[in-house]
Amino acid sequence: MNHLDALEAQSVYIFREAFNKFDRLGILWSLGKDSNVMLWLARKAFFGHVPFPTLFCDTGKKFPEMYAFQKRYKDEWGINLIVRDCPPLEEIDPTLPPAGRSAARKTEGLKRLIAELDMQAVIAGIRRDEEATRAKERVFSPRGENAQWDFRDQPPEFWDQFKTDFAPGTHIRVHPLLHWTELDIWLYIQREGIPVVDLYFAKNGKRYRSLGDVDITYPVDSEADTLEKIIAELRETKVAERTGRAMDHESEDAFERLRSAGYM
Amino acid sequence: METLNPEIAVTDIPPLKLVIVGHVDHGKSTLIGRMLHDTGSLPDGKVEAVKAMSERRGMPMEWAFVLDALQAERDQGITIDTTQIFFKTPRRPYVIIDAPGHKEFLKNMVSGAASADAAILVVDAKEGVREQTRRHGYILHLLGLEKVIVCVNKMDLVDHDEARFHELEREVTDYLSGMGIVPAHVLPVSARHGDGLAQLSDNMPWFKGSSLIDALDATDPKPLPVELPLRFPIQDVYKFDERRILAGRIESGKISVGDTLMISPSNARAKVQTIETWSTPAPLVTASAGQSIGITLDDQIFVERGHVVSHVEDAPVETNVFRARIFWLGRAPLEVGRRYKLKLATMEHAVEVQAIEKVINVEDLTDKPAERIERNEVGEVVFRARAVLALDEFKDNPRLGRFVLIDGYDMAGGGLVSMDGFPDQRKRQAPTSQNIFAVEHRVDTDARWQANNHKSGILWLTGLSGSGKSTLALELEHQLFRRGWQAYVLDGDNIRFGLSADLGFSPEDRAENIRRVGEVAALFARAGVLVITAFISPYREDRDRARAVAPDLFHEVYLKANLAVCETRDPKGLYEKARKGEIAEFTGISAPYEEPTGAELEVETGTQSLAESTEQLLRYVDAHFSLKV
Repeated sequence: MNHLDALEAQSVYIFREAFNKFDRLGILWSLGKDSNVMLWLARKAFFGHVPFPTLFCDTGKKFPEMYAFQKRYKDEWGINLIVRDCPPLEEIDPTLPPAGRSAARKTEGLKRLIAELDMQAVIAGIRRDEEATRAKERVFSPRGENAQWDFRDQPPEFWDQFKTDFAPGTHIRVHPLLHWTELDIWLYIQREGIPVVDLYFAKNGKRYRSLGDVDITYPVDSEADTLEKIIAELRETKVAERTGRAMDHESEDAFERLRSAGYM
Repeated sequence: METLNPEIAVTDIPPLKLVIVGHVDHGKSTLIGRMLHDTGSLPDGKVEAVKAMSERRGMPMEWAFVLDALQAERDQGITIDTTQIFFKTPRRPYVIIDAPGHKEFLKNMVSGAASADAAILVVDAKEGVREQTRRHGYILHLLGLEKVIVCVNKMDLVDHDEARFHELEREVTDYLSGMGIVPAHVLPVSARHGDGLAQLSDNMPWFKGSSLIDALDATDPKPLPVELPLRFPIQDVYKFDERRILAGRIESGKISVGDTLMISPSNARAKVQTIETWSTPAPLVTASAGQSIGITLDDQIFVERGHVVSHVEDAPVETNVFRARIFWLGRAPLEVGRRYKLKLATMEHAVEVQAIEKVINVEDLTDKPAERIERNEVGEVVFRARAVLALDEFKDNPRLGRFVLIDGYDMAGGGLVSMDGFPDQRKRQAPTSQNIFAVEHRVDTDARWQANNHKSGILWLTGLSGSGKSTLALELEHQLFRRGWQAYVLDGDNIRFGLSADLGFSPEDRAENIRRVGEVAALFARAGVLVITAFISPYREDRDRARAVAPDLFHEVYLKANLAVCETRDPKGLYEKARKGEIAEFTGISAPYEEPTGAELEVETGTQSLAESTEQLLRYVDAHFSLKV
């Protein structure tokens, strides 16, 4: 087994645990590279099927290329897609810094979607290497009634025994990509031939390393216009992946506050 | 599928998973921060950010801030939770886990350390070995982590003194070797200044070993257990389409199309028809440890989550009672009689704490009896389940020999299975016993005696382990069989494999075992058989109860041999184990033997030869059971 095989096998194991433990389970599809890999791994786990609904909270501000991608692959991949609009900015905590407040629309939209569908758990494609607070995460991560994350008192998690017993009202985030790195994602995309939005590939010396809403996501300098070049770039780079995501950088604890409140 | 780029081979080396442990403030986070810097693994701007953070707090350059991403941590000045940090050397990538130092954070340390390939144990050169140095060392041992590198940190604070280093080296090595851990390296470092991390330091020219990075690069991860017997715990059974797929991850061994499989604990068998995957270049005919796969079978036998698939010849142990070394994380202590949910691989079972055998003091590795195991303590416990579990001893197969315990909604502990002193209960039907239940009750016992040409009854042999019960019983059975007699031996081991497979060795279980044997022996005797039982049966009360089932047929035979003689014989090596404390409640050592007071016969097996004892018994049998006289 090589490194990618091992990562894949672990993700498949996590998917199957989640599917066994939760009757009302959904998977988030942000249309980014990670969630595409995640859906691919779901089909690995369930032999070509995605046996639970795929959730999308629409901020209305994604790139047009992302909406086109969604339209094409939801049918091609046999996905049961449930789309809801995120609440308007006016309904979001005004004390958050501007980009964070904008990003928090997604959190609020997700909370409402979870409530509407009475979901016990949702699967999200976060990775430990993306951002420091995500490094603290568990594979099965409990959230309180208001989706908040208590990073000070997380359940122990070892020997692939995840937390599967909960007080009523607890909601779980499942993270099957937690142990992957950005480079692993691209190597796997290359190996498996997984399609991605072409905004990731450089045009005119710029490319997007991470995709979010149009108004709070910026491209980085890059000449990488093929999979091979992206992989070569990532082997060398010292620039953080989420550099182009404005809400991470507004203050020292900006992203931590977002995540404690239930952001992915 | 695109062709593999040759460059990809570089990252096909999986990252080595490292855990960094040690007493609070001995410099774990600093060591990591500095190591990231020295291997060129920090993103641009991070050094400046850390410098700014340090200045804002009026501190010199604090490398620990590299990891301390959370506001809460920086304010408390301690690392709260396990963080995974990726870095690489030219040799290969690493994932390091910043393990916490405070005692109450054991659960986080376990979460990190359980998945690690190797550990760095950091010891402050000035403070030396402290409580958590020992505790963390012990947890590493408990989790089966054998590859340990010791860093004696802050050498600058002891003037890079060679003698101080060797003193600490001895102290740590002594403690670790008490648990069977031999550290791969003991290195003098000064993390704050980068001494001894990426390269050896000019400040310690006396040290001729390797730098930490070189030591890490020389460490290899534990290989996947491909060579162990197959263990494929069923995770789920899927019927998304016409296929009925048993899904799971192979924990150990290999599986191939056409293999005959044994499902435990149902003991059903079937053959592998296909190995199922999705979007792979070619269908698999073989899969091995670590792979998440699905299989279809040639026969639609009942299988569900929690069942364990193996090959027929090396199936896992089946038992409802076992011993475990546990570490306890629960808010409420573990206590005798309490029930918990056990999760082992994909199985879940209710278990009860039958006994707490000891609590281990991790400071000096001594142990003592206890009523409960408190949070953050380690001990040995006997568990009993209502159902039969398929598992392995941790020493044989770690993947199926470790489990977690759930108290209420919370994961409250972890444990490693040991079966010392407990039998495997995998069912073994003894064909000779099957006719007993077809008895025609219109035929009375007397008629059977006439037909057999001898009377029937029970020769109840009792005596210490090693007094010769089994040997004598089997010899007698053999001799009587040659004479054409209906004689049959009920022996401790064959009863415990089947009829009493669910019982342990506590006084209660022994009593129940003897009760069952008494009942079965009486049935045999009524059926015309001369039954010879070979059980220690140490309690007078239990023997008397067996006699009461068939008082007219019961003959108690005391095999008299003193403890010293029995212990020298020790045919099964049990006394030796009992003396080492590996078997609890062993008769004569840690449990009493009550001598018979009214035995029908006493045989001096301690002083007589086997032939003499057999002769004595045959004479007794002739006198009491023969019809010819």
